Amino acid sequence: MTDPTLRRREVVAALLEERGDLLVVAGLGSAAWDCTAAGDHPLTFPLWGAMGQAAMMGLGLALAQPRWRVLVVTGDGEALMGLGALATIGVQAPQNLSIVVLDNGRYGETGMQESHTAFGVDLARIAGACGFPWAENVASAQQLPDLRLAVHTRPGPNFAVVKVMVEKPPLVLPPRDGALLKARFRRALLGPEADTQ
Amino acid sequence: MTTESTAAPVAGPDSPEDWPAAIHRALFHGGVGLVSYVPDAGHKRLIELCRSDDAIRTLPLTTEEEGIGLAMGAWLGGEKSVLLLQSSGVGNLVNVLGGARECRSPLVMIVTMRGEYGEFNPWQVPMGRATPAVLREMGVVVERVSEALAVGPAVEAALRLAYRSYAAVAVLIAQSLVGIKSFQEQVDR
Repeated sequence: MTDPTLRRREVVAALLEERGDLLVVAGLGSAAWDCTAAGDHPLTFPLWGAMGQAAMMGLGLALAQPRWRVLVVTGDGEALMGLGALATIGVQAPQNLSIVVLDNGRYGETGMQESHTAFGVDLARIAGACGFPWAENVASAQQLPDLRLAVHTRPGPNFAVVKVMVEKPPLVLPPRDGALLKARFRRALLGPEADTQ
Repeated sequence: MTTESTAAPVAGPDSPEDWPAAIHRALFHGGVGLVSYVPDAGHKRLIELCRSDDAIRTLPLTTEEEGIGLAMGAWLGGEKSVLLLQSSGVGNLVNVLGGARECRSPLVMIVTMRGEYGEFNPWQVPMGRATPAVLREMGVVVERVSEALAVGPAVEAALRLAYRSYAAVAVLIAQSLVGIKSFQEQVDR
């Protein structure tokens, strides 16, 4: 296997540029920092905990707001902790949900220990077997336009594993207060009446 | 998981003792559009009622903690939901309950109890006994019901408390109401 050449921050920036009606859930750790580096946004919900639940939060959001596109950006370790969620999402098959796993084969926040994907576990094949109609491995810059198209327009659920370099970009941290993150997201999505719902 | 429970004297469909129907009515009046569950014999009738209700999306999970992430995501999108589970499943929720609490995200869990009244399976007992304390330690408001007539009002109150006051609430349905599981009864059938 050749070493990955894609850089996580550039991949996320390419997906979130001119994001339009895109709701984003970012899995805890590096994926959340990557999304924040692309620009802190009220309609991005960065997780600081609840590891393994990013995809399920995306599902809840996608079902509640079928007219919006929903993107979950997460890491391989976070996705591995919630493998069952792929089966659950496959059953519901929401057309407006995409999951992008930034796969460096490492647990970046805890000392770069190897994850299961470093030993060949293929998350895209798992997602495909769970019924995701589009489940791809992405390893080159030439595939990024197709990935962006899938996230923004392709009827899903879509799933991509993006093989990224092992690197530790500078920390760019979102707000930490969960209640604040929730309230600002709901206000931006649902309007001021969300505050008194 | 899918074995039948021997519910205490079976209540007719329109009887006030029919507590699954009372929960279903409470979900309707509370504006709940999403019901997630891990299959459980005690919730069998309620799951069937919800599945036959066009106003409710029922969503099977592979494990209970998925229901917390789902509920948080649904609330970000403005939708009310409840999670149906058994007391053993409460043990699978612990860390993610912390996330819901940090976000002050409303949660309603309806928990059928095992490991208490006449339990025959010793493996159910430790988690059953620990369930109320584990939930309370994680900041969940716990309401235990052991009378059929009290179930509907308890779920209505839980929905109000959760969605008006941004609380996590668990309604525990006593095993004496749910019925006592027995493999022997399965064998005898």
